Amino acid sequence: MEQYIIQVVIFMGINIILAVSLNLINGITGQFSLGHAGFMAVGAYASAILAKNYNLPILLTILIGAILAGMVGVLIGFPVLRLKGDYLAIVTLGFGEIIRVILLNMKITGGAKGLPGIPGGVTLLVSYFFALITVIVILNIMNSTDGRAFMAIREDEIAAEAMGVNITLYKVLAFAIGAFFAGIAGGLYAHFYQFLKPDSFNMYKTVDVLLMVVLGGMGSVTGSILAAIILTIIPELLRGFAEYRMIVYSLTLIILMIARPDGIFGKKEITDIISFKKRGR
Amino acid sequence: MVEFLQQLINGLSLGSIYALIALGYTMVYGILKLINFAHGEIYMIGAYIAYYLVMIFKLNFILALLLAMFFSAIFGIIVERLAYKPLRNSSRISALLTALGVSMLLQNLGLKIFGGDPKPFPELVENKAIFLGDIIIFNQQIIIVVVSIILMIVLHIIVRYTKTGKAMRAVAYDQEAAKLMGIDSNKIISYTFAIGSALAAAAGVLIGMRFNRIEPLMGMMPGIKAFIAAVLGGIGSIPGAVIGGLIMGISESLVVGYISSSYRDAIAFAILIVILLVKPEGILGKNIKEKV
Repeated sequence: MEQYIIQVVIFMGINIILAVSLNLINGITGQFSLGHAGFMAVGAYASAILAKNYNLPILLTILIGAILAGMVGVLIGFPVLRLKGDYLAIVTLGFGEIIRVILLNMKITGGAKGLPGIPGGVTLLVSYFFALITVIVILNIMNSTDGRAFMAIREDEIAAEAMGVNITLYKVLAFAIGAFFAGIAGGLYAHFYQFLKPDSFNMYKTVDVLLMVVLGGMGSVTGSILAAIILTIIPELLRGFAEYRMIVYSLTLIILMIARPDGIFGKKEITDIISFKKRGR
Repeated sequence: MVEFLQQLINGLSLGSIYALIALGYTMVYGILKLINFAHGEIYMIGAYIAYYLVMIFKLNFILALLLAMFFSAIFGIIVERLAYKPLRNSSRISALLTALGVSMLLQNLGLKIFGGDPKPFPELVENKAIFLGDIIIFNQQIIIVVVSIILMIVLHIIVRYTKTGKAMRAVAYDQEAAKLMGIDSNKIISYTFAIGSALAAAAGVLIGMRFNRIEPLMGMMPGIKAFIAAVLGGIGSIPGAVIGGLIMGISESLVVGYISSSYRDAIAFAILIVILLVKPEGILGKNIKEKV
């Protein structure tokens, strides 16, 4: 039982990384990406194969996997970031699917049969070490010049461009950073489950993460963390009703969008609500 | 050359299916600027309605097709009223997410109600092979193409020559102005969903007839591919959707014939990415400038 709780909590850490990193792209920069599972898959497979075939320590392989995922993010970023809204969503969805199809057809990944025997070693400490770094980095980015540029793009792209924000650069940057952390989450996922199959990274995985971001509030890191925690625990509690899980999820998404499209926190952070200093907003 | 012609014929019948689905996408997008992700699920539901009609009432092909189209049209209107109408004035991202949610909801309800196992679709039309030299054409492929063409002609007549069609074009052109001219835009949006859903259902029944198996997740990939077809042809353009659908079907058949069937889904996205980079407004689309 205790073992089980620890596993859920580790998984929660991975989900926090995923939600916060997707929030950087979707919420903070306002670029609606549906390719997060693809970036995650790149990090997961790269880290798993490096650790399995070359016996490298997992902390190193996770990092390499994340860098690789970040590079894929840049690679995808340049061509697609000329697109907006729905088009961007569908193209990133497409890229995610292409990554999955490629993994399915590669020899080194084991194809559809999956990749067993991945070295383990993801403890609570490892999982939350990375989660903490993710949150700190992204919060710091938000409060930096670059972060203001991200938010400016979200609010009004043309106005941001007129104010001298290099739109393409910042969009690619958001994609790269988001993909990098998705890669970290992927690496953790790989060494946590010690087994990978391409179908784990299908569209539903992206939607899982997306629901966290939307529930928490697009643009709120606090919200993403909270929603990641909630949406990790609820499926565990509803394990007996696993077949209804996706029905509940999709209904939640629809009702949320109709009733409260801003999610729990909207664009606010916890510090905006409970604050020691008065802040102008 | 024989191989090429054979794949061309296969692609033509597959492309007709994509075109039928793409028409619904393009019409809804033209009016609501919404990618109705759930459109592929309507196609699945159409196939299941026909399946149950044939199994329970022993209907023939034409009747099953028409009734499936009718019930799916009603279903499409209900979905629009419940899920999309409350979002008329929300952001496009909210609407997109809702559409995604509706799509997943219908898929999973389908899994729950119809069962996850594929169902054997009854052989409504006996499959006969026709040999033209070394090329094989199945009569079912001919039926698919003929039915599609008939439906497209009907659609063309509705959109071009009826009052409803005129109102649809008006709402697509400028919803506010159309309202000021006394057009009930909600009613027109319902009509649009009904027509689009009926076409998708027809595609579902035709695919069921051709491949003899239907499953709750069958709408996912064709749905996405048909959307890509709509973008390729120029979203909002009805002839564009037909052209886009045919191009998608033929290129997919060629990939299956010459490269590998495992890349049949990837080619669709590759086409999408290329078209969005080279000519984002699509083949027949209008170039819309961004305004402040």
